[in-house]
Amino acid sequence: MSHLLLLVPFLAVVFLNLLPKRARGAALWVSFGVLGLEAAAAFVERFSSIDSSAFAWLESVFGFRLAADHLSGLAMLCAGLVGMVALLVARRTLKDAGEKFFFANLVLVALVGINGIAMVRDFFSLYVFVEVTAIATFILITANRNAASRNAASRSAASRGNEVFEGAWKYIILSVIASVLMLTSIGFFLLSAGDVTFDAVKSTLGAPGSLTWVALALFLCGLFVKGGLVPFHGWLADAYTAAPAPVSVFMAGIVTKASGIFALLRIVSSTMGSALPGREILLVVGALTIVVGAFLALGQSNMKRMLAYSSVSQMGYIVLALGGDLRLGILAAGLHFFNHAISKSQLFANAAAIEEQLGTLNMDEMGGLGARMPVTAGTTAVATLSIAGLPPLAGFWSKLLIVLALWNAKEYGFAVVAILASLVTLAYFLSLQRRVFFGKTHPKWTHVHEAAPGLLVPVVALALITIALGIGFPFVLRVLLGGGA
Amino acid sequence: MIWMTLLLVVLVLAALWASMTTALLRAALGLALTSALLAVVMFSMGATLAAVMELSVCAGLISVVLVSVTSLTERRPLKEALANRRSRLRRYWPLPFVLIAVGVALSFVHAPVEIALRVPAGDGDVRTVLWSLRQLDLFGQILILLAGVFGVLVLFRKEATHDD
Amino acid sequence: MTIEIPQSFWLYFTFFTLLLIDGLWCMLATRNLVRILIGLEILMKSVTFFLIAAGYLSGRMALAQALVITVIVIEVVVVVVVAGVILGFFRKHDSLDVGNTRSMKG
Repeated sequence: MSHLLLLVPFLAVVFLNLLPKRARGAALWVSFGVLGLEAAAAFVERFSSIDSSAFAWLESVFGFRLAADHLSGLAMLCAGLVGMVALLVARRTLKDAGEKFFFANLVLVALVGINGIAMVRDFFSLYVFVEVTAIATFILITANRNAASRNAASRSAASRGNEVFEGAWKYIILSVIASVLMLTSIGFFLLSAGDVTFDAVKSTLGAPGSLTWVALALFLCGLFVKGGLVPFHGWLADAYTAAPAPVSVFMAGIVTKASGIFALLRIVSSTMGSALPGREILLVVGALTIVVGAFLALGQSNMKRMLAYSSVSQMGYIVLALGGDLRLGILAAGLHFFNHAISKSQLFANAAAIEEQLGTLNMDEMGGLGARMPVTAGTTAVATLSIAGLPPLAGFWSKLLIVLALWNAKEYGFAVVAILASLVTLAYFLSLQRRVFFGKTHPKWTHVHEAAPGLLVPVVALALITIALGIGFPFVLRVLLGGGA
Repeated sequence: MIWMTLLLVVLVLAALWASMTTALLRAALGLALTSALLAVVMFSMGATLAAVMELSVCAGLISVVLVSVTSLTERRPLKEALANRRSRLRRYWPLPFVLIAVGVALSFVHAPVEIALRVPAGDGDVRTVLWSLRQLDLFGQILILLAGVFGVLVLFRKEATHDD
Repeated sequence: MTIEIPQSFWLYFTFFTLLLIDGLWCMLATRNLVRILIGLEILMKSVTFFLIAAGYLSGRMALAQALVITVIVIEVVVVVVVAGVILGFFRKHDSLDVGNTRSMKG
């Protein structure tokens, strides 16, 4: 069954490219279907038991060493949901049929990469799939340079094209640096453990000064770069802002999270455990990221840029959780992972709607959009409040669990930092709300109307999930703990 | 041992030349030379298959790509090129000295490094390892190539609809 | 079973570090996009070398070679795609100077 997760999107890409030119318009929907299956697959219990006679032949043909567990299910669910939203946004914001086709294909390729990251048991294969996702995403960012220039009303086409190049360039350069870090660490793993599987490394972990720890630290640094954690966050804001709307949704919703943070989750739970040096790195990096990200978000005028720095900050929360009490920390991290995936992709979809209507993302030029775009305003409010951690929304529970995980591990200082940073989060989000939606409608925007249904359906759906998860969380928690997180 | 050291020194010299030389075309050739030397190093360490791959793909294909990019983007007027040459020397001259310094410094380090050595029964043929143990990586390679194909398609199709 | 091989490891590690520094310097001390790409390539060479050396020292040549082959494939695709982006940039701006684009701040 786990093999299917890699093969189905791949075969879908092959299929799409064999279609005659006229039928290619369906590409987005085929992709959408595959992503829907992906999200549904997360709920299929115990993959290995599905490897009945029907799929056993697959295992004999392809000797992939994969293991899908509940943690993988989390990544798959998020990838499926975020991908579907990104495709719906793409359907609306990408004008050219060719662009839509390539978008659909590249999302599927990235999806295989993400599934691979979710299921591998080996450091090198992890690197390979991280690279697959990175290259697919890089192409997605640069794919629509010319189209982007057609949309920008208040910025010159040249400066927009420049922006796209710079964001993409920073992305790929830092991606290669991350690769160098990861490959160096793999070289060290070869030396100290003789193999690159998680189990082999775990067995030679030993004392903190050993070669394996050095290697692990290097690998983690590579992942920190991929995940946009401080001090390697420099590429993230530029890349998110420069990317076309659906790509920003996809990147913020799942790509950065899967490549950096999920890989981190996987390594911590399979290899590191609650070993001390690892925990300290995570706590410090996490806290630093939360604070720096939050303060950088405060001063932004560009809506997507603020959302990007907010993403940086929230990634810090996930990493911080891993530094706390292990079992509770993984649960908290996983939950925050999910909450951020749905809320942040929703916010980027909202930004896409605003950009489409107004032609600008400069919040200082906006104002009073609440009356003209009520659904967008309402759903933005839900998502921002959830991320800031207000009850009874979903984000409140994940923040609470993070603080609890830290408290249980006696990391009181870090718990306080987490709570205080939530206030800053609230501050910059309220600033966003105020500048964009409240107040009197600027005369420039009187002709603006609500976004098309194609854009509203996903954001409303995501907002509803946020509310439902928030209100029903105690029930969900019982199910999760009963099933074994 | 001494041959290996010499080989490695030449390798670093080639890489140094590739980064410091002024003309891009020469830099691309320097990179090809570096790849070739690396292939020789790999071959002498016993990594024959990887050496062949490095030679044909990196010293071959990548150099072709770089040389084409360089020739397609050759536009600098002479005055600008000369001015750039001076500033470039300013930026790059410390490099050889830094390399020598680091090289010498590191040669004094003799801290023991624990290396896991399997009982020398050998670890099999590369082909077996690649096809049976690391099939997942092969699938990954296919995906990367696929992404690369899309990349080329996407990046080189836009000129038709260029309407700036 | 572990054996200390002090001399050989540091030899290979030294040269790996030298190549690494060379690649990084090349990438950072220039504004020319193609040269940044070349620096990037030198970095990848250094890591390739380190992987092979690690395989040699630990006796796992087959595994190391398998890894390196995959890395080379990835390297090629990255170079081709980045070269494509550079060409696109050049077509638009008629220059390879990355300084032209430092328009984003914050």
